Amino acid sequence: MTPVADPLIRLIGVTKRFGAGAAAFQALKGVDLDVEAGDFMAVMGPSGSGKSTTMNILGCLDVPTSGAFLFRGHHVESLGRDQRALLRRRYLGFVFQGFNLLARTTALENVELPLLYRGEDRWVRREMAMAALDKVGLADWAKHTPAELSGGQQQRVAIARAIVTHPDVLLADEPTGNLDSERSIEIMELLTDLNKTSGITVLMVTHEADMAAYARTVVHFRDGLVETIERKAA
Amino acid sequence: MTDLHATPPPPRQASSLRLLGTTALLALRAIRRHLLRSVLTVLGIVIGVFAVVTMVTLGKGATRSVHDQVSNLGANVLTVIPGTSQGRGGGGETPPPFKPEDLDAIRDQVAGVTAVAPIAQTTATAISNASNWSTTVKGTTDAYFDAQAWKLANGRYFTPQEEASGKSVCIVGKTVKDNLYPNRSPVGGSLLVGSVSCEVIGELALRGGGGFGQDIDDTVILPIKTVQRRFTGSRDISIIVVAADPAYDSADVQQSIAALLRERRSIRAGKLDDFTIFDSRQIADTLSGITGVLTAIVSAVAAISLLVGGIGIMNIMLVSVTERTREIGIRLAIGAVAREVMLQFLVEAVVLSCLGGLIGLVLALFTSIGLAKLIKVPFVFDPWTNLVAFLFSGLIGIVFGYFPARRAASLNPIDALRHE
Repeated sequence: MTPVADPLIRLIGVTKRFGAGAAAFQALKGVDLDVEAGDFMAVMGPSGSGKSTTMNILGCLDVPTSGAFLFRGHHVESLGRDQRALLRRRYLGFVFQGFNLLARTTALENVELPLLYRGEDRWVRREMAMAALDKVGLADWAKHTPAELSGGQQQRVAIARAIVTHPDVLLADEPTGNLDSERSIEIMELLTDLNKTSGITVLMVTHEADMAAYARTVVHFRDGLVETIERKAA
Repeated sequence: MTDLHATPPPPRQASSLRLLGTTALLALRAIRRHLLRSVLTVLGIVIGVFAVVTMVTLGKGATRSVHDQVSNLGANVLTVIPGTSQGRGGGGETPPPFKPEDLDAIRDQVAGVTAVAPIAQTTATAISNASNWSTTVKGTTDAYFDAQAWKLANGRYFTPQEEASGKSVCIVGKTVKDNLYPNRSPVGGSLLVGSVSCEVIGELALRGGGGFGQDIDDTVILPIKTVQRRFTGSRDISIIVVAADPAYDSADVQQSIAALLRERRSIRAGKLDDFTIFDSRQIADTLSGITGVLTAIVSAVAAISLLVGGIGIMNIMLVSVTERTREIGIRLAIGAVAREVMLQFLVEAVVLSCLGGLIGLVLALFTSIGLAKLIKVPFVFDPWTNLVAFLFSGLIGIVFGYFPARRAASLNPIDALRHE
């Protein structure tokens, strides 16, 4: 009998408090959330609902005040700064609303960056980075700097940078927030495709229902709690 | 599908060496991205290293030059001249010149004297064919060439007969030769010195310098008898040159000569000497000491500019950390550990300052070669000066890069990413 697999990510009673005393702000009030491997999850909710805080915790950029965070069945909620950095390096990829590419640096070098921190050799770096650029359809633009690329292209480079290390999870924080609708659709199609073909788990924060529609699971946050979880039939 | 029950591989950090290689690459890329700013950043270091190394190099050259010039006067040579070194204003009579007997007495009675040469000196115009040249005429003996270690380029020294009979023969210095016989050897020709026509028997090799603004090569040398008879008209000797045996302490020899001369010149006890004895080695040491101190002072002033350069690096690196906050955020999010971010900025600072140091060294090299030529001191390349200056510039990078690097490494990735 196949045992029921643990989810890739499990949050149990996660709380997050910012500040102390009277100025303290309870951003998360006990979030329980499972993310299955291979899921494409959209996280929605008004600002201040706790979705960004949750994403930061899921992205190992921040730690919960209390509660448990299991990644691949391992407790990671109390890891130190450097341990979390290594976890990000190994398992996570990030895409930001503002692209966040290094200026005056070619697309190829931008995509190579995570590999540099992983200590890959020069030729391995080049090959993996070119493969990632190829996946996002920008192999011909490898030598161009962000200033020479359109917004949509920049976000593709950012996605290539996020997937170049073959991470388990791709965290996207409003990836289409700075793009027009046509480019947005392209980016969403790319993410959907990566999710389907590479099996990469995608966690995406978005404001727009149109974009959330691409996801298989949509989580709504309100007042520091998970309000609803809609799962579409596969 | 990934095996979810697999333990995450133990978070592994890259080895230190690989880390250094990676960060060096990152640092170089960052420097290339901000080329103009990088150049401006290191300008302070460039100028600092340039100033220090140029000053030290020229100072060493000057010290060497002074030393060479004084020892050119001859090793262990004592020079005796009438008159006191203490300039006592007025009243005194002119001290009498020396006599040939003084010379004999020094040679015979002072221990540790290897050679004694008299010099009777005057100036005259030397004329050869159409050209004339005003120069110093020296009357002396062969012992003078010995004492001063003066070599011939051509011809020969005086013979004892020429010295004894006061023949009209002369040996010309390089400067005189160059001015009167630009393209040929003067040996065998005749030269009119003042009103005396003499045969040129020798040509001296270049001595160079002579120091203190005088050209030691600008001279015509005749046997002393000839000068005394045909030029000065007396038996007076204006300078006595004494070569001391290196086995003896030249200060002792100097004292013995002084005692002897006091006796011969009937100077009563309690009265000052009416002559002065210069010791070439003493002069060399004193002058080298002075140039050494001057070099140290000027270098210290220049070193301050290095310090200012270091503060400049810290300044720009701090600005750079602020300006690149978002970049640091990206690196941290991607999985850089604090140590790597810190190392990147530290390596950037060190690479920058070393680069500045290197540029400074190259500039200093060319400038000191040029300046050495201009102020006529030898160019002395001292590898240690250059190495120390280079290492020091690296040290400045570490010291002044540390604080900004630590600040960069301590940034919170979330805040850094949000930074506008």
